Amino acid sequence: MAARIQIPKQAKRGEVIEVRIVIQHDMETGYRHDDVGHLIKRNVINAFSCRYNGIEVFRADLSSGISANPYLQFYTVAEASGEFEFYWIDDEGRQGLERQSIVVTA
Amino acid sequence: MRRRDFLAGAAGLVALPALPQAARAQVTPLDPHLWAITKGVPVSKGRVRLELPQLADNGNSVAMKVSVDSPMTANDHVKGIHLFSDRNPVTHMASFHLGPRAGKAEVSSRVRLAGSQRVTAVAQFSDGSFWSDTAEVVVTLSACLDES
Amino acid sequence: MKRGCTAAFLALACTVALAWAQERSLPLDQLKSGSAFLGQDLRTLQADEFANPGMLWVERGEKLWSEPAGKANRSCAGCHRDGSMRGVAARYPKIDAASGKLLNLEGRINLCRTARMGAEALRYESEDLLALTAFVARQSRGEPLSAAIDGPARVRFEAGRIFYHQRRGQLNLSCAHCHDANWGKRLLAETITQGHPNGWPAYRLEWQTLGSLERRLRACLSGIRAEMLPYGAPEYLDLELFLAWRAQGLAVETPGVRR
Repeated sequence: MAARIQIPKQAKRGEVIEVRIVIQHDMETGYRHDDVGHLIKRNVINAFSCRYNGIEVFRADLSSGISANPYLQFYTVAEASGEFEFYWIDDEGRQGLERQSIVVTA
Repeated sequence: MRRRDFLAGAAGLVALPALPQAARAQVTPLDPHLWAITKGVPVSKGRVRLELPQLADNGNSVAMKVSVDSPMTANDHVKGIHLFSDRNPVTHMASFHLGPRAGKAEVSSRVRLAGSQRVTAVAQFSDGSFWSDTAEVVVTLSACLDES
Repeated sequence: MKRGCTAAFLALACTVALAWAQERSLPLDQLKSGSAFLGQDLRTLQADEFANPGMLWVERGEKLWSEPAGKANRSCAGCHRDGSMRGVAARYPKIDAASGKLLNLEGRINLCRTARMGAEALRYESEDLLALTAFVARQSRGEPLSAAIDGPARVRFEAGRIFYHQRRGQLNLSCAHCHDANWGKRLLAETITQGHPNGWPAYRLEWQTLGSLERRLRACLSGIRAEMLPYGAPEYLDLELFLAWRAQGLAVETPGVRR
C-alpha cells in the first residue's frame, strides 16, 4: 500500500505543524458488484494512527464513507526532533507503516 | 457505474424533492450511532464548523473540513470529532481522536456521499460537552452510463 | 475570360475558406480544458501537488522508470536522462519513424519495452502502464499540445476526424454532437465539456482510480450505447490524434482530476 506523506522537514518547538497523508487503497464499500454480478466484499482501512516519538497524536476510525485513496490532514505541535510513525490496517488485515523524520529547533 | 445503480440513483434524485422535509432521515440525538458516543448527553449547536461544498461534482469524493473552536490545552481540548451522514448506507462515517498535542482542532478528509444530504459533525470536549454543526450538500449524478 | 478567372478564383477561395472553417469547428481561442468545467473543489484538488490522487501513480511511475526490466536488464532511465521527457507527451500521438506506426504514449512505452528492453508489453489499464504514462506525461505539465498531423500522420488524422463526426450507438450520436455543438450546456446536472485529452491519464471520480484516455473514450462509447472497441484499437489512435490536434495549444494537465 503506497502512501504519500507531507510534514515539514524542520519546525520550531511549539509550532503547530500540518500533517497530510494520502494512502493508495480502494476503500471498497461492500456495495459494488463485479463484472459478473457478484458482490465485492467490503474492504476499507478501518483504523489509522499517527505517533510522534512514540506517542499517539492522532487516530481515526474510518468507514466506507471515506473516499477511495483516503486523504487525511491534521495538526500537531512540534515538540522535539524525532520520528513520525503512520500506521493503518484494513478489513482484510493488511497493514501499512510509514515513517518520516522531523528536526525541531529551539 | 452499473445501470442498476444509476437507475436507483436517478430514482432517488427525482423522488427526493417530493418527500416532505420531515420524512427525510436526520441524525438526531436519539440516533443509536450518535447515542453510542454521547450516552445521552445533549449536543449543542456551535463551536464546530463543518465545511463541505454546497454542490459536489461527484459523490465519490467530496472535500470535507471540520474545525473546532478550542484552545487545545491540557485542561480544555477536543477529544474527538465524529462525522455522520443522514443518507449513506453507513451512518457513522468516521471518528477522529485528538488531544492537546494536536495544537489545533482541525481535520480534513474527502468523503463519499450517496446522494444529496445533510452531514453532521459532533465534537466531544474534554469537559464532557458535545457541540455540533451540519452542512447540506447537493450531489450531482453523472448523466452518462459508464461501463468502460 | 478575366471575369471567369475571378469567379474561379473566388470559388476556389471560398472552398478553401469553407474547408478551413470545417476543419476547426472549435476555434482555438474558444478552447477550454476539462478542468474549466469542474467545480472549485475538484479544480483545487487537481492543482494540489500533494492531494491530487493521481500523484500516487506518478510516484509509482517514477520508481518504475529506473527499475531494470526484461532480457536486456535495462531501465528507462538507462537510456533517457533526467528531464529528457519534458514536452514529449505534448507531441503524442506520433508516428514512429522506424516502424511507421502511430503510437500514443502507452504504445511508445510498450514499444520501448518490447523492442529495446526485451520485456513484455504492459497490459492496458494495468497499474504499471498507467503509472509510467502518468509519470512521463506529468513532465510535460504546462506544455501546449502540439501533435503533428502532416506527412504519414495525415491519413490517420483524417480517419480520426471521420470517426469523431460519425454517428454511432443506439443514441445515434457522434462525438461532435455533444462536444462541438453542445459543450457548456447541461446534461442532467452535468455540464458537457469540449472533450479534450490534455488531462489524461486522469483520476476520475466515477472510477475512483486513474484511467487512460482510451478508457475515457470507451466510457463515452458506452454512454451513447455504442460498441466499445478493444484497448489499443487503431480507431482509438486515429481519434486520439484528431483530439490532440483539436486541442492544439491547451496545456498538459496530467494527472488531471475529472468527474
